Amino acid sequence: MAFEGLADRLQNTIKKITGKGKVSEQDVKEMTREVRLALLEADVNFKVVKDLIKRIKERAIGQEVLESLTPGQQVIKVVKEELAELMGGEQSKIAVANKPPTVIMMVGLQGAGKTTTTGKLANLLRKKHNRNPMLVAADVYRPAAINQLETLGSQLDLPVFSLGTEANPVDIANQAIEKAKEEHHDYVIIDTAGRLHIDENLMGELQEIKQSVNPDEVFLVVDSMTGQDAVNVAESFDEQLDVTGVVLTKLDGDTRGGAALSIRAVTGKPIKFAGMGEKLDQLEAFHPERMASRILGMGDVLSLIEKA
Amino acid sequence: TKTRDNFTSKVNDLVARYRTVDEEFFEELEEILISADVGVETVMELIEELEMEVKRRNIKDTEQVKEVISEKLVEIYYGDDEESIEELSLNEDGLSVVLIVGVNGVGKTTTIGKLAYQLKQEGKKVVLAAGDTFRAGAIEQLEVWGERTGVDVIKHSEGADPAAVIYDGIQAAKSRGADVLLCDTAGRLQNKVNLMKELSKVKNVISREIEGAPHETLLVLDATTGQNAMAQAKTFKEATDVSGIVLTKLDGTARGGIVLAIRNEMGLPVKFVGLGEQMTDLQRFNAHQFVYGLFGDLVDDGVEE
Ligand SMILES: Nc1nc2c(ncn2[C@@H]2O[C@H](COP(=O)(O)OP(=O)(O)OP(=O)(O)O)[C@@H](O)[C@H]2O)c(=O)[nH]1
Ligand SMILES: Nc1nc2c(ncn2[C@@H]2O[C@H](COP(=O)(O)OP(=O)(O)OP(=O)(O)O)[C@@H](O)[C@H]2O)c(=O)[nH]1
Ligand SMILES: [Mg+2]
Ligand SMILES: [Mg+2]
Repeated sequence: MAFEGLADRLQNTIKKITGKGKVSEQDVKEMTREVRLALLEADVNFKVVKDLIKRIKERAIGQEVLESLTPGQQVIKVVKEELAELMGGEQSKIAVANKPPTVIMMVGLQGAGKTTTTGKLANLLRKKHNRNPMLVAADVYRPAAINQLETLGSQLDLPVFSLGTEANPVDIANQAIEKAKEEHHDYVIIDTAGRLHIDENLMGELQEIKQSVNPDEVFLVVDSMTGQDAVNVAESFDEQLDVTGVVLTKLDGDTRGGAALSIRAVTGKPIKFAGMGEKLDQLEAFHPERMASRILGMGDVLSLIEKA
Repeated sequence: TKTRDNFTSKVNDLVARYRTVDEEFFEELEEILISADVGVETVMELIEELEMEVKRRNIKDTEQVKEVISEKLVEIYYGDDEESIEELSLNEDGLSVVLIVGVNGVGKTTTIGKLAYQLKQEGKKVVLAAGDTFRAGAIEQLEVWGERTGVDVIKHSEGADPAAVIYDGIQAAKSRGADVLLCDTAGRLQNKVNLMKELSKVKNVISREIEGAPHETLLVLDATTGQNAMAQAKTFKEATDVSGIVLTKLDGTARGGIVLAIRNEMGLPVKFVGLGEQMTDLQRFNAHQFVYGLFGDLVDDGVEE
C-alpha cells in the first residue's frame, strides 16, 4: 500500500539529525510536517490534527526534545503521548441500573454495525457478566431488519421483542421495557434504524425514544473506516442524544482508524468496545493505547520509542 | 444546474475573502479538499499544480483562480481520458450479468434494489440472485427488494455456497429469458484472504457460464469511508476485476472525495451515486457536479468564523 507509517515518514529526518546532538526549529518543523501527513492519511480529522500539531510543536520545541540526545525518537514519543492522552484511558464498563432492567440504546449511521453489535453485546452480557438480556427490534424501516435481529436472537438463543414494521419505534421500545420487567430481563438492548445525523425527523424519533425509555447507555456505533466526516457524525449524534459511549466496528480490517481519535476529540466520550469481526463473539474491550499505535502505523513506532 | 450555482457561490466566498492568492488561500483550499476525503497526496499534488499555474499565468487575483480549481479537479478525475458520463455496459441482446461487491454495510443490497427498479423502468426483465448466504437476514432483505420492484429472486438457504446460488441464478435468468441478472454478495473486508478467494470463485463461475460475463462488476463504496477506500478498490479489483464504482450515502455530509484518487490511479470510473434509501435514490455520476459538491458548505462555515 502507498500508506507509510509515521516511523517510515520520519526515517529521513531522524537520520539527518542523528549525531547532530541538537535539533533546530527547522528540524522540528520538518518532523511535525510528517506527523501531520501521517495523521491525515490515517483519516484523523484535519481540525483535530491542527490542534494536536500545535501542542506537539510546543512540546517539541521545548527543552525535552531540543536537549535530548535522540531528538527524533523524542518527537515520536511526544506524538505518541499526546495521542494516548487524547484517546483517554480504557473504559469498557457497561452501566448497571439501580432498578433493572438496564436499558441500552444503539444508534448510528446506516450500515455502521448496530444490529450486529446489539447481538454481540447481548452475547457478552450473558457470557461474561452472567446477565439475561432481551433484544428489541426498533428498526421498522430497513428491509428485513427485524428478521436480521431475530436470526441473531435465535443464534444466541435469546428473546427478541418485536411488533412488526407497522408499529411506532417509540411504542416498540416502551412495550419492550414492560415486557422485560414482566419476564425479569436485567438488560434491554434496543436496535434502532440507521439514519443520517442531519435527518431531523429520524433524529427526533431517537430523541423521543430516549425521553420515553430513559436509557442507561446510548451507544454510538461507528464504522472504523470512516473518514473526515466522523467528527460531524459524532458531534451531531452526541449533541442530539448525549451518547454515553462509542463502539468502533470493523476494526478487523486494515484501516488506520483515525476516526477513533476524531470522535474522542470532539465528543470526549469514551470508546468502549471494538468490533473485530462479523461473528457474535467478536467484540472486544477497546484499547486506546493500541489504537494510538495503529493510527501511527503500528509497532514500528513503538520500537522507535523504546530506543528513545 | 442548482449544484453548479451553489458551487460557484461557494468558491466565490472563498475568493471574496482572499483578495490575493497567497499561502493562506491555498491553506484553506487544502483544508476544504482534505475534509472532503480527497486524500492527502492528491491534495498536495493539486495545490502544487495550482501554485505553479498561478505563477505561470501570473494570476494575482483570486477571482481568476477559481476556474482553474474546478478545471484541475475534474482533470484529476479524468486524467488523460475523454470526459464522459459512464453508462452500464450491458449486452444488447441476451443475458447480462452484473456482480456487486464491497466491504460490509456499504449499501450493496440496497443498490441492487435501486438498480433493479431502474432497469425495470427501462423495460428490461431483471432477476436477482441472493449470493449473500452469510449475513443474518440478508436473503430476506433481498427478497423485500424483489417484492418492492416486482422482480424474481433466486435463493438458497442461509449458509449455502454462494457460487452455487449464483450458478442457479444464471440458469434461472437464462430460462426465464431475463435481460439482466443482478448478483448480491456478502460484504467482506478486503484483507480477508479466504473471503476474497470465495469472491473470485463466484466471478469465475459467472465467466464460465456466460462468455464475456460478468458484464459489469461494480464495487460499492460508502462515501463516508476515508482513505481505506483506496485499499478496497485495489484489492477488490485484483480479486474480481472491478469495472466500476457505485458511491453510496452521498445524501449525508460526507463527500467521498477519495474516488477522485481511485479514478486517477486505477482508472476506475464511478457509474452511480446513491442518494438515499429509497429505490429511486440512484443517479448517474457526473464528475462536474461531484467536484462542486466537494466544497459542500465548508466555505460557508469559514465565513461565519
Ligand atoms: N468485519 C466486520 N464486519 C462487521 C462488524 N460489525 C458489523 N459488521 C458487518 O457490517 C455489516 C453491517 O452491519 P449491521 O449490524 O447490519 O449494521 P447496522 O448499523 O445495523 O445497519 P443498518 O441497520 O442498515 O443501519 C454487516 O455485514 C455486518 O456483518 C465488525 O466488527 N467486523
Ligand atoms: N442514506 C443512505 N443510506 C443508504 C444508501 N445506500 C444504502 N443505505 C443504507 O445503508 C445500510 C446498509 O445497506 P445494505 O444495502 O444492507 O448494505 P450491504 O453492503 O448490502 O451490507 P452487507 O450485506 O451487510 O455487507 C442500509 O440501512 C441501507 O438502507 C444511500 O445511498 N444513502
Ligand atoms: Mg441494523
Ligand atoms: Mg447486503
